[in-house]
Amino acid sequence: MTAVEKAAGAAPMKSRRSADRIRLVVTHLSLMALAVVFVAPFYWMVSTSLKQDRQIFDPASWYPNPVMWANYKHALTYIPFLRYTENTLLICAVSMFGTVLSCSLVAYSFGRIQWKGRDALFVLVLATLMLPGQVTMIPVFLIFKWLGWIGSYKPLLVPTFFGSAFYVFLLRQFFRSIPAELSESARMDGATEGGIYARIIMPLSKPALATVALFTFIGAWTDFMGPLLFINDPNKYTLSLGLQQFVSQHGAEWSMLMAASTVMALPIIVLYFLAQRTFVEGITLTGIKG
Amino acid sequence: MLDTDTPRAGASPAARIPNPPVKRKGQGNMARRNLRNGLLFASPWIVGFVCFTLYPLVASMYYSLCAFSGLNHPVFIGLENYRQIISDELFTKSLGNTMYMVIVGLPLSLIAALALAMLLNQKVRGISVYRTIYYLPSLVPAVASAILWMWLLNPEIGLINRLLAPAFAAFHSAPPAWLGDPHWAKPALVMMGVWGAGGSVIIYLAGLQDVPTSLYEAADLDGATAWAKFRNVTVPMISPIIFFNLIMGIIGTFQYFTQAFVMTQGGPQDATMFYALRLFNSAFIDWKMGYASAMAWILFAITLVCTIVVMKTSGRWVYYGGGDE
Repeated sequence: MTAVEKAAGAAPMKSRRSADRIRLVVTHLSLMALAVVFVAPFYWMVSTSLKQDRQIFDPASWYPNPVMWANYKHALTYIPFLRYTENTLLICAVSMFGTVLSCSLVAYSFGRIQWKGRDALFVLVLATLMLPGQVTMIPVFLIFKWLGWIGSYKPLLVPTFFGSAFYVFLLRQFFRSIPAELSESARMDGATEGGIYARIIMPLSKPALATVALFTFIGAWTDFMGPLLFINDPNKYTLSLGLQQFVSQHGAEWSMLMAASTVMALPIIVLYFLAQRTFVEGITLTGIKG
Repeated sequence: MLDTDTPRAGASPAARIPNPPVKRKGQGNMARRNLRNGLLFASPWIVGFVCFTLYPLVASMYYSLCAFSGLNHPVFIGLENYRQIISDELFTKSLGNTMYMVIVGLPLSLIAALALAMLLNQKVRGISVYRTIYYLPSLVPAVASAILWMWLLNPEIGLINRLLAPAFAAFHSAPPAWLGDPHWAKPALVMMGVWGAGGSVIIYLAGLQDVPTSLYEAADLDGATAWAKFRNVTVPMISPIIFFNLIMGIIGTFQYFTQAFVMTQGGPQDATMFYALRLFNSAFIDWKMGYASAMAWILFAITLVCTIVVMKTSGRWVYYGGGDE
C-alpha cells in the first residue's frame, strides 16, 4: 500500500524534473541560436574588413584568406580617419565637460534648493523632453547662421553649457536621494550653496555624474544630425559625418568601409566592457525612472 | 555668504532656539536667499530654454505662416504652407511610411525586445555572456550600423541573401532585394532596428527582475500554465515599462532619420521617404524653411495626439503596483 502510494507520488515528480530538463535545453538552444544571429553582423563586418577585394564579391568566401591587415592601414589613411577621430574627440571632451557642469548645477537647483516656482519650472523641463527636435531645428540653425557660427564647432558645443533636460532630470533624481541633513548641517556650519554643491553633493554623486559623462560621450561620438547641419568643411568632419560623406561619394569600397565602421564602433564597445555597471545602471535609471 | 545670525554648530541648545519674530524674519530671508540661489543655479537651463527652445518655438510658428527661404525676409502668407503640405503627394507618402514604422515596426520590435528580455531572465549558466551579446549591437554608432546593414542587405552578395538564397532556390525564386525593393525596404529597416534594440531589452530585463517571485510561486500552486503566468503576472507587473518603451518609441519613430538618410536617401520609389527626412530635405535642400516649419508643427501635433491616445488608454492596461511614481 505504502509502496504504491510512493510510486504514485514519484511519477509526477519525475516527469516534472524531465520537463524542467527539456525546458532548460530549449532555453539554452534558443539563447545560442539568437546569439549567433546577433553576432553574425559583427562577424561579417570584421571579416569583410580583412578580405581582399576579389574575395569580397566571391559568394563562396566565408572568411578572409589571406587576412589583410593592410586594409585597416589603407582605410585609415584613405579616409582622413585620424583627423575625424581628433575632431570627434574634441567635441566629445568639451560636450562632456559642458553637460556635466551645467546639468549638475541646474539639477542642484531643482533637487536641493527649496524655492518658489521651482516645481512649476521643473514640469517645464520635463515638457521639453516631449518636443520633437524638428520644431526648433530651423530657428536654431538660423540663430547660429546669424551669429556666423555655421562651419565651426560652436553650434555643437555651446548648447551643452545650457543643460539638457534629460540629464538634469537624471541628476535631480540622484541628488534628491542624498539625505537633506548633510546640506543642513553644512549650512549650520556656514557653508554657501556653492560650497555644498562642490564639496558635498558632487563628490557623493560620482556614479550618476559618470553615467551622464558616459552617455554624453557616446551621444557626441555617434551624433550625426548635429554635424550634418552645422559642419561644412571636410577638415572639420566628425567620424559619423566623414563616414557618411565617404559612402555617398565613393560608394562600394566595402573592405575599407567595414574597417572604418569597426574602428568607429570599437571605442564604445571597449568602454562598455570597462564600465559595464555604469552602462546598465544608466539605462535602467533613465529608462524606468523616466 | 556667511550668515552671522545662523547659530554655529557648537552653540548651546538654548541659543539655537530663536525668538518667534526673529524666526519669521529669518524664514523670509531664507526664502529670498533660496529663490536667488535657486534661480542662479538653474540659470544655465533658463537661459538655454529661452534661446534654444522658447524663441525657436515662437519663430518656428511664425515661419510656418510665411514664405521663407532662410535667406530672404519671411513674407506672411497665412495658412498657405499647410494647404500646400496637405495636397503634396510626397507628404502623404512620407506620413504613410512613418505610420508604417509606428504601427508595424514599433510593436514588432517592442515584442521582440520583451521576448529577448524574458529569455535573458532565465537562470542558466553563462547568462551574463548572452546579455552582453544581445546588448552589443545597440552600441554600434548609427552611421556605422547603417553602413554595415547596407552591406548585409546587399541583394547579390550580402550575408543575409547568401544565407537565404539556397532556401529560395529550392522554390525556384530569389530572396528579396531588400533596400532595392519598395516592398522590402521598410521591413529591412525594421529588422535592423530589432538587431539594435538592446537598450529596450535591458530596460525590460530590469523590470522583469523586479517582479516578486512569490507571485509566480502562487500561480504555480494554482497550477497556472506558462502562458497564464505570462498573461496574468508578467505583463501586468511590467506594464509601466511597456508603456514607457511605447511612448519613447512613438516619439523616436516619428523622428526616424539617420538610417534612411545614410542608407536609402528615401528610395526606392520613396518607400523609405520618412517624415523627418522629407522635412530635412524641404528645409536644407529645397530651402523652403517656412514649409518645413509647418511640417514640423504637424509632426508635433501628430506625435502629441498619438501620445495622448496611448496615455488615455493606459489606465486600462497599465498597472501601478507599489505606487512607486
